[in-house]
Amino acid sequence: MQKIGVFVCWCGSNIAATVDVQAVSDALAREPGVVFSTNYQYMCSQAGQDMIQEKIRELGLTGVVVCSCSPRMHEATFRKACEKAGLNPYMVEIANIREQCSWIHKDKLSGTEKAVLLGKAAVAKVHLNTPLTAGESPVTKRALVIGGGIAGIQTALDIAEAGFPVDIVEKKPTIGGKMTQIDKTFPTLDCAACILTPKMVDAAQNENINILSYSEVEAVKGFVGNFTVTIRRKARFVDETKCTGCGLCTEKCPQKKVPNEFNLGLDTRRAIYIPFAQAVPKAAAIDPNYCTMLKTGKCGVCSKVCTVGAIDYQQKDELLEREYGAIVAATGFEPISMDKFDEFAYSQSPDVVTSLEFERLMNAAGPTGGTLLRPSDGTHPHTLVFVQCVGSRCDGGEKGKPYCSKICCMYTAKHAMLTREKYPDTEVYVFYIDVRTPGKNFDEFYRRAVEEYGVHYVKGMVGKVVPENGKLKVQASDLLGGQQLHIDADMVVLAAAVEPDKSARPLATMLTASMDTNDFFTEAHPKLRPVESPTAGVFLSGACQGPKDIPETVAQAGAAAAKVIGLLSKDRLTCNPCVARSDELMCNGCSACEKVCPYGAITYIDKEFRGPNRTTLLRRVAQVNPAVCQGCGACTVACPSGAMDLQGFSNAQIMAEVDAICK
Amino acid sequence: MQVNETFKPTVVAFCCNWCSYAGADLAGTNRLQYPADVKIIRIPCSCRLNPLFILRAFQRGADGVILCGCHPGDCHYTTGNYYARRRMTLLFSMLDYLGIERERTRVEWVSAAEGAKFAETMNDFVETVTRLGENRRLEDLRCKSE
Repeated sequence: MQKIGVFVCWCGSNIAATVDVQAVSDALAREPGVVFSTNYQYMCSQAGQDMIQEKIRELGLTGVVVCSCSPRMHEATFRKACEKAGLNPYMVEIANIREQCSWIHKDKLSGTEKAVLLGKAAVAKVHLNTPLTAGESPVTKRALVIGGGIAGIQTALDIAEAGFPVDIVEKKPTIGGKMTQIDKTFPTLDCAACILTPKMVDAAQNENINILSYSEVEAVKGFVGNFTVTIRRKARFVDETKCTGCGLCTEKCPQKKVPNEFNLGLDTRRAIYIPFAQAVPKAAAIDPNYCTMLKTGKCGVCSKVCTVGAIDYQQKDELLEREYGAIVAATGFEPISMDKFDEFAYSQSPDVVTSLEFERLMNAAGPTGGTLLRPSDGTHPHTLVFVQCVGSRCDGGEKGKPYCSKICCMYTAKHAMLTREKYPDTEVYVFYIDVRTPGKNFDEFYRRAVEEYGVHYVKGMVGKVVPENGKLKVQASDLLGGQQLHIDADMVVLAAAVEPDKSARPLATMLTASMDTNDFFTEAHPKLRPVESPTAGVFLSGACQGPKDIPETVAQAGAAAAKVIGLLSKDRLTCNPCVARSDELMCNGCSACEKVCPYGAITYIDKEFRGPNRTTLLRRVAQVNPAVCQGCGACTVACPSGAMDLQGFSNAQIMAEVDAICK
Repeated sequence: MQVNETFKPTVVAFCCNWCSYAGADLAGTNRLQYPADVKIIRIPCSCRLNPLFILRAFQRGADGVILCGCHPGDCHYTTGNYYARRRMTLLFSMLDYLGIERERTRVEWVSAAEGAKFAETMNDFVETVTRLGENRRLEDLRCKSE
């Protein structure tokens, strides 16, 4: 018989307000095996933990039940406390009487009744708990960063700085991400390239960083400390190690009509190209969709002009398999498609552009060399209308996104300000729902746009944009003025909502990391563990977790790196001892468990057993590798003979809980 | 059928540790009410649910049993909820055969972000079970002699 101690927490008034904690501890004191039962204001506090430890020592408790908040919150705390007092940490069970009882029930009577039942279930379970010892697994001291934008680069730099090797996997031919396309950055208006490109070069030159550009993650196996990742290195038809980035091939390539994705299709590039002047790695890539040589076998100009012989038309995709201890997702964002917002005439007029396109039009390295010209006729625009929240803060979610994209208010203020500064003859209107500028020097920046640069901020939404005789007729409402506005604009700029990159969803499935309803990665805890995914060993950096501006992204990137460094600095990790175990006497070697195991943790051995009349029998039985098993329990149900059981969640334990609850 | 106003059903909810249990916690954090008749048992994954546990609950007097797991494709263990879904489909036809109303057992996918869905699901399920009234208790005749 176990000697069980029950500790009921008040959690201040969080539990005590709707659950009669005294009644709960009294009721549980009458349960079989319970030798001590009490309640206390804050069980998780040092005094509470001391009390548990003292009672373990004093009464020789063999099991502990804590009725408190969710085990997801403090199970580890109480287990650690009990371990210090000499009790096996897996002899502790938590009854969740806060999140799943006191917080959701108003009626004290039914709340108390339920808390007692939950406590009884936990007591019944502890009766069947067995001491478990955690195993250990080694840690591969290398990190993988998926995504080579500012988030990925910063994370990799910080990890590399601590001395651990890092691989950056970037799907594009160059690292740099969205920030490379941005002209100036708010609120300081320093140029994005000037602050980003040195970091890209740092990453390329750091001996601990290995950049795998034009590559994608294909498969992820393993678990924290021991991931095996398959990476597809897409054929770029140029030997990256030979190419010097001289750019001769990109000048001579006869295929000139390829839309340039770096400038968002506002101009064209060649079939062999270097995405932009400061690309890292600075190596050309051939676009197989447009290259005449790859499509028809006739051309070969680039290989003729290449002085180092870097062109290789025979190059094939290559699969790399590498081991990592930690993985950081830094897949970033993209602006949403404007297909569903045709009231703004995006598809009808080239003079209606998104903010990122506007960014390219203002950029000195952009298609117009930094002179703001209308894409339709190359003339100088005089009246510009900026529309905010295009697709952000949409109710219903059919058309746009329910969330605030966070960065649009600030970059629109920046665009408006820069336009007025460069071209004082322009009239600039900004239509907004709310202006949201929380951030250091953000509101000052916005006020400068209004007060010093004379940008017309109008509260209200644009209803319709109609292209007519080379102008854009903008119909909008001015909510504060209480009137309809008709503006003949030369250009309309749409602040498109941001959404997670399309590659995030399949990646989350590979990593078994969870996502929210908008496909942003979920954090392990929204406040206390914001850069960790709930999946151990997977960390989050940048806008893949939620819309973010550059300073926030860099801060989060550093935080994710710190977590990775913490993990990689350990030589061994303790594994979860709640793993499957096979009873060899009952196992008949049928392989049912092996087939459902997602980790390949089950193998079979031929083992000798004592047979009748002093004979020995050779039988095939299942064996579980505890370092590989993750404890899902699929095998326990598949097993027809009941030989397979899960430690910590055994059949008997769960049945005991069922019995206690249904009594 | 006449609805008994005072009838309080016993409802067991099996929740997977990674999605639905966290969803239930979120419902609590957001103070979303659902009846106290629901008692949650934490299991590591929906695939840990042996259909026998549900039969056991019905033997011991449960009026309804619900299994909540991660959405298909989002299982923490990659494939666990697919196994759970198949096993539960088989169990459903067995419960039909035994004469236990189909509505007393349910499978629902609730993610860690769906606290509201968890509360709604529980409210709806308890209402359904309350409407059905007390369950016919399954009995294990081997235990009768005791």
